[in-house]
Amino acid sequence: MDCKRKKKERIKERRRWIVTVYFDLNEFSGYHFEVYTCSINCCNLIYRPLCWLEHLSLDSETGLDPPGIRVRAVPGLVAADHFAPCYFAWAVLIENLAKIGYEGKNLHMASYDWRLSFHNTEVRDQSLSRLKSKIELMYATNGYKKVVVVPHSMGAIYFLHFLKWVETPLHDGGGGGGPGWCAKHIKAVVNIGPAFLGVPKAVSNLLSAEGKDIAYARSLAPGLLDSELLKLQTLEHLMRMSHSWDSIVSLLPKGGEAIWGDLDSHAEEGHNCIYSKRKSSQLLLSNLHRQNYSVKPESWVKEPAKYGRIIAFGKRASELPSSQLSTLNIKELSRVDCTSNDSTSCGEFWSEYNEMSRESIVKVAENTAYTATTVLDLLRFIAPKMMRRAEAHFSHGIADDLDDPKYGHYKYWSNPLETKLPYAPEMEMYCLYGVGIPTERSYIYKLATSSNKCKSSIPFTIDGSVNGDDVCLKGGTRFADGDESVPVISAGYMCAKGWRGKTRFNPSGMETFVREYKHKPPGSLLESRGTESGAHVDIMGNVGLIDDVLRIAAGASGQEIGGDRIYSDVMRMSERISIKL
Amino acid sequence: MPLIHRKKPTEKPSSPPSEEVVVPDEDSQKKPHESSKSHHKKSNGGGKWSCIDSCCWFIGCVCVTWWFLLFLYNAMPASFPQYVTERITGPLPDPPGVKLKKEGLKAKHPVVFIPGIVTGGLELWEGKQCADGLFRKRLWGGTFGEVYKRPLCWVEHMSLDNVTGLDPAGIRVRAVSGLVAADYFAPGYFVWAVLIANLAHIGYEEKNMYMAAYDWRLSFQNTEVRDQTLSRMKSNIELMVSTNGGKKAVIVPHSMGVLYFLHFMKWVEAPAPMGGGGGPDWCAKYIKAVMNIGGPFLGVPKAVAGLFSAEAKDVAVARAIAPGFLDTDIFRLQTLQHVMRMTRTWDSTMSMLPKGGDTIWGGLDWSPEKGHTCCGKKQKSNETCGEVGENGVSKTKPVNYGRIISFGKEVAEAAPSEINNIDFRGAVKGQSIPNHTCRDVWTEYHDMGIAGIKAIAEYKVYTADEAIDLLHYVAPKMMARGSAHFSYGIADDLDDPKYQQPKYWSNPLETKLPNAPEMEIYSLYGVGIPTERAYVYKLNQSPDSCIPFQIFTSAQEEDEDSCLKAGVYNVDGDETVPVLSAGFMCAKAWRGKTRFNPSGIKTYIREYNHSPPANLLEGRGTQSGAHVDIMGNFALIEDIMRVAAGGNGSDIGHDQVHSGIFEWSERIDLKL
Repeated sequence: MDCKRKKKERIKERRRWIVTVYFDLNEFSGYHFEVYTCSINCCNLIYRPLCWLEHLSLDSETGLDPPGIRVRAVPGLVAADHFAPCYFAWAVLIENLAKIGYEGKNLHMASYDWRLSFHNTEVRDQSLSRLKSKIELMYATNGYKKVVVVPHSMGAIYFLHFLKWVETPLHDGGGGGGPGWCAKHIKAVVNIGPAFLGVPKAVSNLLSAEGKDIAYARSLAPGLLDSELLKLQTLEHLMRMSHSWDSIVSLLPKGGEAIWGDLDSHAEEGHNCIYSKRKSSQLLLSNLHRQNYSVKPESWVKEPAKYGRIIAFGKRASELPSSQLSTLNIKELSRVDCTSNDSTSCGEFWSEYNEMSRESIVKVAENTAYTATTVLDLLRFIAPKMMRRAEAHFSHGIADDLDDPKYGHYKYWSNPLETKLPYAPEMEMYCLYGVGIPTERSYIYKLATSSNKCKSSIPFTIDGSVNGDDVCLKGGTRFADGDESVPVISAGYMCAKGWRGKTRFNPSGMETFVREYKHKPPGSLLESRGTESGAHVDIMGNVGLIDDVLRIAAGASGQEIGGDRIYSDVMRMSERISIKL
Repeated sequence: MPLIHRKKPTEKPSSPPSEEVVVPDEDSQKKPHESSKSHHKKSNGGGKWSCIDSCCWFIGCVCVTWWFLLFLYNAMPASFPQYVTERITGPLPDPPGVKLKKEGLKAKHPVVFIPGIVTGGLELWEGKQCADGLFRKRLWGGTFGEVYKRPLCWVEHMSLDNVTGLDPAGIRVRAVSGLVAADYFAPGYFVWAVLIANLAHIGYEEKNMYMAAYDWRLSFQNTEVRDQTLSRMKSNIELMVSTNGGKKAVIVPHSMGVLYFLHFMKWVEAPAPMGGGGGPDWCAKYIKAVMNIGGPFLGVPKAVAGLFSAEAKDVAVARAIAPGFLDTDIFRLQTLQHVMRMTRTWDSTMSMLPKGGDTIWGGLDWSPEKGHTCCGKKQKSNETCGEVGENGVSKTKPVNYGRIISFGKEVAEAAPSEINNIDFRGAVKGQSIPNHTCRDVWTEYHDMGIAGIKAIAEYKVYTADEAIDLLHYVAPKMMARGSAHFSYGIADDLDDPKYQQPKYWSNPLETKLPNAPEMEIYSLYGVGIPTERAYVYKLNQSPDSCIPFQIFTSAQEEDEDSCLKAGVYNVDGDETVPVLSAGFMCAKAWRGKTRFNPSGIKTYIREYNHSPPANLLEGRGTQSGAHVDIMGNFALIEDIMRVAAGGNGSDIGHDQVHSGIFEWSERIDLKL
């Protein structure tokens, strides 16, 4: 091993993002929890689902523990090395690091309770203080070599929050490390599949507790999920739980229309869907055939997909020119609360839908489309309490003037468009992510046919019957290039442009590198999840990525591992985004 | 055949009635061949019911039943076993966590656990080829599956380098970190889990509990050299104190962890290159109380037997039951020799050798425990036993506990004047070796030759001081390595600069406690279980064995109440640590202002009388006093929780003594 020369401590930061589907554990990722008052693990998910849900939910008012329940993140390397038996998350990376001499004393897994808002992890568990002390300790016990931090997915924005927190003075609610702390202790931040600018998936998750997987299942077996099978109301329960988690709000798209596109234009313009499908050759072929033979001529000249409309009600609304859309200003829409109690039979859900009248629901859905900016208004309208709670902790805008004192508030720290990177010219920022997998980018919704008397059921669903002629639109979901969870624009923009060179977001001009890994599905079943995967979690087993991480940990700089490595058109997309830098 | 008789002619062959299959007749089970033969003859074309079908059905039913029972087991409400237990034994007392929560106690001081030897898990980080696929799997702790699957590989990976006492080339085995490191030793065998669960009831969680796991095979100073474990512990304690609003930490070490923490307290205040550089008031600033559980402050005699012949009571008893079994070389495994070779590479075992020599442990003709009577199986009713002793009608002869090792029972009981010692120290080690098969097993015995072995056996009696010399003679390399890290003496002058070396830090008789008058030191341990104190040895006659000495297991008294059992003299204690070792420091040497305790730190002794679990359902009991089981003792847990929640020694009731520790301590003549 040529990289065996230097041992540098490293920290692993982690995270993957959360939730969507009850049977699809992939989406659940990361962590086990320890419960002190009653034992909970994945088995209990099957044996006592309701108890499990109750314990994983947080208090809907405070976003902290409900009374009498304490669920805590599992500490140590075991916390996230395997998510489920045989489903590795960090294990492969750790094993490879061990080969060049890493061990418990120079590896640290900074586990945190990913359900909480970032600020609350410090308030309740002192997770940030712990991380700071661990980094300082490892820096000191490893002969004053700086640490390499490897955050994954939501961990990337958690660590952004940390970078800002640690240099903020104690009396402003920070860590009191003083300016220069990051420059002194951190060599590089190697973000894997970072969700810097959020993911559209979070919107559908909050709106209707579903993602493409569920929509797909629904279109295959309509009625199965909608019926009150065994009175489980699975989705509703999941939704209640995820609404109590602040951290999901941190993943809502950031930067609004400037980044994610408005009603008519978007950064991915010209994105070729065939490209993203090339790897799944089988599907592609059948699609090509369909296009060649059964497609009417008009659809060849149809307008390009409008990714900017993250939520559109009905396929028409997703394609019409903006002038023909109904101009509903959701802020002006008064929320008519209905207090009728006829839905008590539906159980004691906490979901704010049952406080909404049918009329306002219909009005919200009438032939409208929402962009990244207005979709926040939609959420505020639909779930005011949750958004009020969460928006005290997260912000999704773009700063005009970064020196405005209001940006000292912690709610801005995890948004890369509203904070400056620390002053650390020698530090390096890496964005490592997979490309070549269709990734959810926008959704087509419909009103749920509320067959049952239960008012609290979710009134919107993804319209699984909408299928486009190309592979970009399938099951009511439009896809763009990405790693299956995070679109390229979210993972790559900051490193490709927002922080490149000396910008106002990166005042010290630290170097940034974009490293993309093209997805290649495993050749056979025997390979299981593959060694060249680009998928959001599976990428942690990608040999190219592991090679890069090891070299960086062993002391290599970004230039030495080969600078940028780009397959997607992230650079072109970034050029098209015009924000002041 | 019954199978056939029961079969109705009208029945379709393809669907036999289920009762035939679910409850197969004994006959059809025993004689499947006959049954199928006759079956074939009689049911021509009618049915093709064959032996194979029966087998398949049988297997199928077993599987279904198994699956069904498993399902029932999993569907069983979690409280069911407890319910059954309560029905049989009457309601259990509330666990201390629940009880104290009702009293309104809240988590206050952060708690640090320091596991002892053997109980901490170890995992593999780098290994030889034979250990492929074991990366970060537990080698020690957990199920110990690897011991059975690849014993030699396991021994190789668990051993350390026998010269440096550090990792052998190409192997890295490291301590598991976090609370999981030592909450359960093996599945179902709790160590810290009960204590942790109870602390959680009053509000403790990960952020204010910390398991200071360390590699217990290394000498204490080497844990810092290799893993920076002491630095880590220092930084973690500082972090916990600062994130908990400046409330000092309560330290709970167990077993060898007690010595490790003594070492830590010295290390942390020593100046930087060798120590932690925390400054002279670090302990006063960060530590509220040290609650030592079953601490072998002065070592354990078991360690001598362990190093001398790799056996202790457990092995000795097994040998008495099945003589010859352990001695024969089944599959050339040479179990004991391998175990011995492995344990001898562990420096930490030497930290447990008896300290203080004859002054503490007694000489040829006296011992502090003189007059102690063993009560055999009546140990539960200690009171009646004590009375017999006081009346002077003790049936047993006084035991010379001071003679830690004696060759032959007569010698162990003889008057000092009758013993003819021939000094072994000068004896020339011969080169003739009794057998050569031991070469591949690394022990130092084969360097010794017959002359050396004879010299040892002829010396007859060894006291604590001489036992150390004996080990030096028997295993010079190992002891040379060990004595660089540990010392077993008593300091004459504690201010002598030589005592600033790390090797003295874990010996309470050669260090001063830190200057922290507000700190409290507790010694919590179980009593009422016979504990190994001295051994009767014999020469091993078996030609195949590589270890020339073994415990003389047939040395017994006819008397039930005898302290001598299977070659081992027992005394009061917690099954591993004698009372003297666990209690003496807190009972006398540190009590008040002494030279070992210059700032007058308050000390308390809390003894817990052993009462074995009333029935099997109780598992390991809630009133046990045994060395490890005491961690589930409700009274002990309650004491710890009260201190953690802010109480002090007088809140929990000062000393609580069942044994004769104060009396025995008085007999020890040590300058204080």
